[in-house]
Amino acid sequence: MDFGRISRRQVLQGGAALTLGAATGMRPAFAAETTIGFIYVGSRDDYGYNQAHAQGAAALKKIPGLKVVEEEKVPETDAVEKTIESMINLDGATLLFPTSFGYYNPHMVKMAAKYPKLHFEHCGGLWTDKDPKNAGSYFGYIDEAQYISGIIAGYTSKSGKLGFVAAKPIPQVLRNINAFALGARLANPKATTQVIFTGDWSMPVKEAEATNSLIDQGVDVLTCHVDGPKTMVENAARRGAFVCGYHTNQSPLAPKAYLTGAEWNWEALYPKFVKMIAAGESIPNFYRGGLKEEIVKTSPYGEVVSAEARKHADDVKAKFLSAEGYAIFKGGLVDNKGKTVIAAGTDRGQKDPELEKMDYLVEGVIGATS
Amino acid sequence: MADGSIGLWTVPLAVLGGAIRVSTPFLFVSLGECITERSGRINLGLEGTLVMGAMSAYGISYLTGSPWLGVFAAGVTGALLGALHAGICSLPRVNDVAVGIALMLFGTGLAFYLGKPLIEPTAPRLPAIDFGWWSDIPQVRAALRVNVLFLIGVALAPILYWAFRTTRWGLLIRTAGESSDAARAMGHSVLLIRLRATMVGGFLAGIGGSFLSLFYPGSWNEGLSSGQGITAVALVIFARWDPLLCLWASLAFGGAAALGPALQSVGVTSGYHLFNAAPYILTLAIMIITCSPKRTLTGAPAELSITR
Repeated sequence: MDFGRISRRQVLQGGAALTLGAATGMRPAFAAETTIGFIYVGSRDDYGYNQAHAQGAAALKKIPGLKVVEEEKVPETDAVEKTIESMINLDGATLLFPTSFGYYNPHMVKMAAKYPKLHFEHCGGLWTDKDPKNAGSYFGYIDEAQYISGIIAGYTSKSGKLGFVAAKPIPQVLRNINAFALGARLANPKATTQVIFTGDWSMPVKEAEATNSLIDQGVDVLTCHVDGPKTMVENAARRGAFVCGYHTNQSPLAPKAYLTGAEWNWEALYPKFVKMIAAGESIPNFYRGGLKEEIVKTSPYGEVVSAEARKHADDVKAKFLSAEGYAIFKGGLVDNKGKTVIAAGTDRGQKDPELEKMDYLVEGVIGATS
Repeated sequence: MADGSIGLWTVPLAVLGGAIRVSTPFLFVSLGECITERSGRINLGLEGTLVMGAMSAYGISYLTGSPWLGVFAAGVTGALLGALHAGICSLPRVNDVAVGIALMLFGTGLAFYLGKPLIEPTAPRLPAIDFGWWSDIPQVRAALRVNVLFLIGVALAPILYWAFRTTRWGLLIRTAGESSDAARAMGHSVLLIRLRATMVGGFLAGIGGSFLSLFYPGSWNEGLSSGQGITAVALVIFARWDPLLCLWASLAFGGAAALGPALQSVGVTSGYHLFNAAPYILTLAIMIITCSPKRTLTGAPAELSITR
């Protein structure tokens, strides 16, 4: 045990408690420097998951009176609890965003119980009724944006073969693959989407090999669901294939090959959260949404995207944004083994919890979940 | 085929392409480690050297615009890390394996720290030579886009094999590795020989790293190596300290790395985790088949701390 650090912490704890009191006392305006802590599992400029969150943090930095503290590469272990403690006690953070999936249980739950007056917001949608009320969980229906990418990919592909480099066959990944494949089939009913699982979230050599093998099979538009899409985007562009991005906008990496992409829109969501807290409202513990709620967005279309593709994609996007919404997973859906997975007549809307248990690949996807 | 796909031919082609694309870092690290181990010392820190090499090559290439300068910088970084390892190991009663593990952590940690600002920018990459010009099939052309570093590595293996057997310094390295007493009796400083051998080993491992960041997969990020350096060190034992066998073993590991994704791309989708593990299963199998309780591993330098 490091006694020097403990005593220093305790001294500072007093100071932090004072600022904390000041911050809560000054509601609703956050004139007295509200501090917000962001914790990332990887590097925040990875062109991927972490960068998307860091862009959200950057949007908060622009708001006067807010101070943002960040820490990168915090593993999903006790280390995150230490980081949270030090952000609270040393920096006086009152709102925390531990962004990685594995931070939630038990780490963030434990911290939320220990500091009941502070706000904790976790990305991933894991909150249940048993968890502390000051902990929240938000997530975006990014499959809506993948669906739009699929439409663009379906129009752009000459061979009708699309490729998907995926990390692991878990429901969120499968949902993205299926949405992409269904979108592509709107544009080209014969389009197939071939999926390759690399086995883990960050495997650059495997991702590059997967990209090359897909292109060798005649695939000419690729997308992915891995932590850092940079490897796939750069290698596919070098082979002359087109790409749809993921997490953030990767068009600077391959401006000519980049068609569009499914992006998180945390820079719109995080300021909303902060305003809700400042106004004394409580953020719903279970916060979700898609394109309409501005939690996800699509990248601007690349030059090569045809007018026909743009029009079709924009029409579908308008349906997502409309009041009645739009269901990607409609009744009569058959998986790639020929089994009906959604019975005819029952449309599964975005918020349907059944979709979060997805364990199949739809017709038109080449690949298997195991 | 009319639609531009080549069907099942993808698999052998991907394995061939993978052998060329993925094997280079294995080849450089294992040849470097071969020199070091032949002199009687194990440098497990080459994983750290590989990652440092990748990072410094990318950084220098980005700052100067010259990828070749990056390759050189990677080599120099590797040689310095090698010198550090050899320097610490020349102190009395220091275990080279323990120092190696420490340097592995040091090298990767330092590379992640210094490499932070390099994740986002795109650095100029090494050029490729098109050996597939004779073919009309784009897949074949892509598989045969070969980097000069690969060719240098392939040439280096027989040169090292020859040098170990017939040159004076090859003999000196082997003497230091087989019997440090004999080397001392001949009037040579064993520590100096090992220092040089470890520095050369580090130089080559650094260059192996530059291939990762400057050619394939071709950008710097923290998951870039994912254990390739340590695999290559194990590969030297697998190859019985023979540079020519190191070449074949590296090619086999490179090809095996491409097997999993390639099989999935032609529709063999079950058990991809097993195919991804193929190189390791291969290693285990060969180790079990060739080991014997009656003798030490053939070709193992007698001074090596694992065989002594």
